Amino acid sequence: MTLRTVGLRLAGLVVSLLVASLLIFLATNALPGDVAQVILGTNASPGEVEALRQRLGLDRPLSVRYVEWVTGVVRGDFGTSMITGRDVVSQIAPRLEVSLWLVGLAMVLAILISLPLGAFAAVRRRHASGFVASAIAQIGLSIPAFWAGIWLVVIFAVTLRWLPAGNYVSYWDSLGQWALHLVLPVTALAVVQASILARYVRSAIIDVLGEDWFRTARSVGWSTWGALLRHGSRNVAISLLTVIGLQLSTLLVGAIIIEQVFALPGLGSRLLLAVGQRDLVVVQGIVLLLVWAVLVINFVVDVIYQFVDPRLRRVGTNR
Amino acid sequence: MLSTMGEFRPMEARRPRRLVAAWLCLMAAGAVALTACTRPEAPSQGEPVILNIGATGEPVGLDPSTVNGAGTPFVLLYNVYETLVRIDGEGAIRPLLARDYSVSDDNKVYTFNLDGLAKFASNTPVDAEAVVTSFDRILKGDGITDQVTSKMAPVDSVKALDSDTVEVTLKQPSNQWLFDMAGPAGIIYDPAGLDTLDTKPAGSGPFAFAEWETGQFVKLVRNDHYWGTGTRVDEVFFRYYADPNAMNTAMLSGQLDIISNLTVPQALDQFGDPDKYTVIEGTTDGEVVLGFNHDNPQLADLKVRQAINYGIDRQALVDSVWGGKGMLIGSMVAPTDPWFEDLSKTYTFDQEKARALLKEAGFESGLTLRLRVPTLPYAPPAARFIAAQLKEIGVTVQVEELEFARWLSEVYTAGDYDMTIVAHVEPRDIGNFANPDYYWHYDNPAFADLIKKADEGSAQEQVTLMKEAAKMLADDAAADWLFLLPNLVITTKEVSGLEQNATSLSFDLTSVATNR
Repeated sequence: MTLRTVGLRLAGLVVSLLVASLLIFLATNALPGDVAQVILGTNASPGEVEALRQRLGLDRPLSVRYVEWVTGVVRGDFGTSMITGRDVVSQIAPRLEVSLWLVGLAMVLAILISLPLGAFAAVRRRHASGFVASAIAQIGLSIPAFWAGIWLVVIFAVTLRWLPAGNYVSYWDSLGQWALHLVLPVTALAVVQASILARYVRSAIIDVLGEDWFRTARSVGWSTWGALLRHGSRNVAISLLTVIGLQLSTLLVGAIIIEQVFALPGLGSRLLLAVGQRDLVVVQGIVLLLVWAVLVINFVVDVIYQFVDPRLRRVGTNR
Repeated sequence: MLSTMGEFRPMEARRPRRLVAAWLCLMAAGAVALTACTRPEAPSQGEPVILNIGATGEPVGLDPSTVNGAGTPFVLLYNVYETLVRIDGEGAIRPLLARDYSVSDDNKVYTFNLDGLAKFASNTPVDAEAVVTSFDRILKGDGITDQVTSKMAPVDSVKALDSDTVEVTLKQPSNQWLFDMAGPAGIIYDPAGLDTLDTKPAGSGPFAFAEWETGQFVKLVRNDHYWGTGTRVDEVFFRYYADPNAMNTAMLSGQLDIISNLTVPQALDQFGDPDKYTVIEGTTDGEVVLGFNHDNPQLADLKVRQAINYGIDRQALVDSVWGGKGMLIGSMVAPTDPWFEDLSKTYTFDQEKARALLKEAGFESGLTLRLRVPTLPYAPPAARFIAAQLKEIGVTVQVEELEFARWLSEVYTAGDYDMTIVAHVEPRDIGNFANPDYYWHYDNPAFADLIKKADEGSAQEQVTLMKEAAKMLADDAAADWLFLLPNLVITTKEVSGLEQNATSLSFDLTSVATNR
């Protein structure tokens, strides 16, 4: 990848973000109801709501508020929550951390489970044991994450009392408690992810097993597993990378339900609360961050492709 | 760096097995590390006493005078903030910051004698000046909600007679005023903290505000300068759960000491073990109202409203929707109010009568009404139940569920609805029916007149007139009072000192204790 292509990709990233910011702003402002009504609740008079709206600056035209918001974001100022009166960045940052741990660890665990499971299911696909491995992945795939979460809580938190049922402890306070509080939610998320990944791993390896070069490798004395590891892993990695990139994006937002089940203070539950309260500045900030994360993940996946797949790299450099 | 297909170098056969072994080690190490952590920590001597309280309605702000909603006073009233008088567990007015008070013969001048011992958390005394400053701030009304200013509206002047005596003169007598002074409108704020009330509540209660982590918890700590009998609890966390089931499992797994209000009464059985849990069952001020939009000409007809009241089997509704735990009330009065009368038999379930009334009103061929409800725990299930029952008397009910913010905008503010369901949790909020601008648009001058006379009359007159007013509302079928939300508090066996009834907006922790 040349400097020029990286530059072009970065420019594309900025334009995408700008377009996304406009769409986010318009969509959130199109929601019926507003924060002034939520603050004043079922005892408010219409005049009072109007007065609060003015005090919060919600009566100004959309264009003015959009420009104000975007120029603020460019300077790193995401605005101030209308409910808590605190700046958005300081409220999102700790949430982002929780979400990243949750999603990151779940993804790592999912990969650790799916690679051996998928490989086994592929290599032994004509045996009963391989069929069982496939079936396990299929069952895991059909379990909703929240349902897995509820059962994990019932078994490990309520009945056995081995692990906490929810909440989050920062690792600064206690590393052990931090890990304990993440075990169940990470497992619940990873079960489904591992099943999805295992199916991709399986089909990618089956493809590899049918390749001519693989047969050649076997014929010169490599074992199936040896040939797979030495020569097949890159081929598998490419298709796996695509899926992981896509899944990471959905996982960031999809973790919202798991966050509810385990009362985890992640981005998703903060987003849900802010939408319910019509705290639009917070909603916009979180959604923009998620869009940014998805774009960056795609960008990073593209870059990694170049390293994993030499064919792509050659097209880039030979021009 | 290109991988060349040419160099085939057979790998030793052991290599993959080594990899498998490494992978197994990694997983095993993780498991071991976790089991090592799972040893339960025994609370040692000298550790702070912490109470974790599960709750569902998070505050929308920290200053009870600038935000509405029940979440704020739930945490702060009586715990962090105190008032001159308070509401006790039976619903009666008792002295709090005022040692005692007297009322002039014309019921217009109140003299409060402060307890000289009272101090704010900042260690400054709660003196007459603080009371005057707090009340004047509300009277000035700058940025204060109408909800709060309207409660202070009867006041003509507030003055400090000496450092411990305050005299409040009303424009006209008002019984409701003194009652309201026991709520958010009557809070005595620390004058030194007035500028930062929205981020740092400053009061004189047994606890001081420490931290609000949005979407997670509000933390209170013991106020070491508290003037009364201090609490032994060092820290209190109100932890907020968007999913009530997550709150219940947190309690079951030992992470919570108290569930402040069970919003899934069907789950009560989970806490049935008396060796582990105490279940507190009482009443609240929360009337679940099936409200009618009186601007709708069909609902302006008394016969239609009565038909709907006859057409709903409220006991069956409570059984199906709220685990049978709600009390039937029949009007807008909570059982802890002195003028409570059981009016739940005004319209007992009678489908024949309902059909006949609809026929008289000219709706023999039926009518269609939109029931637009917020997605709060009780509303959608109740709405579906009502739709099914009213169908049997020939009323087609179109149920629509709206997220609360949208409900506030379209139903509450814009009045775009025929019927709706919401719980009104303010104490003594029957006066809302006297306001034709309120979202029900109920306009009954005779009722409004009764409320006004009751407010200005003697204590005895107030009771008589309020009974009359409540009965008038019920007879006029101004709404359908489905049931009263129960107060369902779950605590671990170790916790004591909570009130049985929720008579104010406060979750009162003044006397809470734990012998853990």
